[in-house]
Amino acid sequence: MHEWALAEAVITAAQQIAEKEKLKEIREVTIKVGMLQQVEEDILSFALSKLKPANFQNAEFYISKAETTLKCRVCGHAWLFIKNKLDETIAEAIHFVPEVAHAYIKCPRCGSPDFEISKGRGVWLENIKGVR
Amino acid sequence: MDPRTTVINERLKRINRIIAVSSGKGGVGKSLVATTLVLALARRGCKVGLFDLDFTSPSTHLILGVKDAQPKEEKGLVPPVVEGLTYMSLVYFSGNQAAPLRGADVSNAFIELLSVTQWGELDFLVIDMPPSIGDAMLDVVRLVERIEFLIVTTPSRLAFETVRKQVRLLQDLKVPIIGVLENMKMDGAKGIEQGTEKLGVKFLAGVPFDPKVEEAIGDVTKLRDTLLAQRIREVATNSIK
Repeated sequence: MHEWALAEAVITAAQQIAEKEKLKEIREVTIKVGMLQQVEEDILSFALSKLKPANFQNAEFYISKAETTLKCRVCGHAWLFIKNKLDETIAEAIHFVPEVAHAYIKCPRCGSPDFEISKGRGVWLENIKGVR
Repeated sequence: MDPRTTVINERLKRINRIIAVSSGKGGVGKSLVATTLVLALARRGCKVGLFDLDFTSPSTHLILGVKDAQPKEEKGLVPPVVEGLTYMSLVYFSGNQAAPLRGADVSNAFIELLSVTQWGELDFLVIDMPPSIGDAMLDVVRLVERIEFLIVTTPSRLAFETVRKQVRLLQDLKVPIIGVLENMKMDGAKGIEQGTEKLGVKFLAGVPFDPKVEEAIGDVTKLRDTLLAQRIREVATNSIK
């Protein structure tokens, strides 16, 4: 249900872009969802369809998943985040605030918690298309 | 584009006043001041919230003695009510693990929590800030419209020197400052009061060092009886309407 809050943010951001670009009607919204946040695509999609305002009525929402790459700042090792390797409670904590990954995940090569989330953190508004 | 920042002020719109309890210097008692301030406002009958933004060293959950509380998922996150306060902290998610976050991570976690937390209607939201005048303070100023600062110092000239810079910075940024509170006062010296007035900022109070505060950590009833809590109640009555 946390996805509803993210969906509201996507709609608000898209609406702001539409106003700035003077788009009367939105036809297409492309969203990228980083795997680290483990957003439930179905819920996000449903929330977007329920929250869309009048000028979004004919809009299609395209949601694609992006792999999460983590990169160690100490030894430079880069690796992919895999949810299945985590305890469920920890995975849920990361779902709510992806940065708490630093409390639970360590570099598999050197053991440091000092890594960067180089790709695939959370929800990202990639593109919108509409008519003027 | 990161869509989250666009809903932050929507989430905060039913909050009357938002106060950041802050200090450029660490160890001055910000968390205790923030917690006792929220308790004082709650006692006055106000609806209040407390947001612990000191992500790497959170401590308000220890001061309040929070044990099993957790936010509820309801079109976002609804913080639990603890001791009459709507209370949000990263510790719900990081548990008792160290959360070694760099500046960009602190910003991201802050934006995430601001964009998904459903505070509801409040008279006051108090934010317990981490020390420094870096990322967290700049993010609060950038992202939270209507933010006001209550600044805490100790009698130390070292603490006040940083506070002085912080006040100047906030004044340049045209951010309202409620005033400066001098915590852990050991004598009747007036240096901090005079220094604060020179900056054109209200001196809120001098709070004497009270050894009972340490014993009251984790016990709100005891905390309410400390000299600190009494002084903060006076500050709330006189300076925070």
